[in-house]
Amino acid sequence: MSTTPPLKDLIVCPNCDAIYHVAEPKFGERAVCQRCHTVLIAPRRRAGAQIIAVALAVFILVLAAAVTPFLSIEAGGARNSVSVLDAALIFSGGPLVLVSLGTVAMILFIPLLRVLLVIYVLFPVVADRPPAKHAAWAFSLSEALRPWSMAEIFAIGCAVALIKVADLAQIAFGPAFWMFCVLTVLVVVQDSFLCRWSVWKSLETAK
Amino acid sequence: MQVVGLEIPRNGKVVTAREIGVVGCQRCTKVWPLGTKRCTRCGATIVSRDHKALQRVWAWWIVGLLCYIPANLYPMLQTRTLVSVQQDTIVGGVVTLINHGSYGIALVIFLASVMIPVGKFLAIAFLALAAQRGTTSPSSQRMGLYEIVEYIGRWSMIDVFVVAILSSLVQLNALAAVNPGPAALFFGLSVIFTMLSAQSFDARLIWDAERS
Repeated sequence: MSTTPPLKDLIVCPNCDAIYHVAEPKFGERAVCQRCHTVLIAPRRRAGAQIIAVALAVFILVLAAAVTPFLSIEAGGARNSVSVLDAALIFSGGPLVLVSLGTVAMILFIPLLRVLLVIYVLFPVVADRPPAKHAAWAFSLSEALRPWSMAEIFAIGCAVALIKVADLAQIAFGPAFWMFCVLTVLVVVQDSFLCRWSVWKSLETAK
Repeated sequence: MQVVGLEIPRNGKVVTAREIGVVGCQRCTKVWPLGTKRCTRCGATIVSRDHKALQRVWAWWIVGLLCYIPANLYPMLQTRTLVSVQQDTIVGGVVTLINHGSYGIALVIFLASVMIPVGKFLAIAFLALAAQRGTTSPSSQRMGLYEIVEYIGRWSMIDVFVVAILSSLVQLNALAAVNPGPAALFFGLSVIFTMLSAQSFDARLIWDAERS
């Protein structure tokens, strides 16, 4: 079509296929699809550095939360406290081992992997260097894993578990529980800082 | 936070990429000429309308439903104390909680393990059927429904996590022990499959259905 502007100046809403001219919003503003209200562009000042800082915090918290106990139980003199790793290692046989493997993957490995991928992609961008090798692939993977990273759901699960057996025994939160609560907030913060369009653009222009 | 509208190529009316003969990458929103197979910016496969997506949606949906049936028939948790051994299914566990007076937790588990999964099966089926057959319901409402399904589906995992937590925590030798039942595995699989089903859905079909 003769009136179609250069394709690089256009953006398509991935959710409803509406097409727009790119009008890059100022820092702190958002460009929203008029039809389905999907946020298309939301740049933030110094977002890259902030995301990397938050990612490092998440990394340390997840590692610490993995080895410290998240709940402890006491009843009639018997005592038990468990970390996430204990929870994973306690089933050693049967098909139910899949449940614990899946749990550990979704609350530890996937959040950790996402953090590493995000740092790998954003660090060269923030440092004004050319993008890392396979950065596009790494960012795609990180985005694909987003719904499978479930640390925040685990934090609520701890609270539910506590109340569920409260009449059976004395139960107390361990340090890892509070770390998961902080993690929940950090993951939300990190997500709101990340403007996907800006990341893709920076990966492209440096090519 | 201020919201900025974007300028539209034609005045007044929203135009779709397909109408002006281009196609957008659903992963990174880059625009390509119609017929481009692969986005060289992010590596995603590009399709103008993914009609095979609906087959994937239904395939995952059916597998998810098949897993949801044993998830409700088998016990989720086996609680052994000095005096008794108790096996609870999902619904049985909710009833037990109500009998103990823990109404709040009963509500959380009921929402996460019964309402959300069932609602999700119905919602995905409705969205897929609407995309296949056309519908009179407004696109914006169906888009809202889709966003809710995408957002809330993961939270069903909470019951699986509770089972994993309890069965590792409550191991007090002779006094009390909690062990997971087969339903935990089936329920977890059901949540995973329905998440995949929702992810397979091409949201652009929501907006096409109203126009035609």
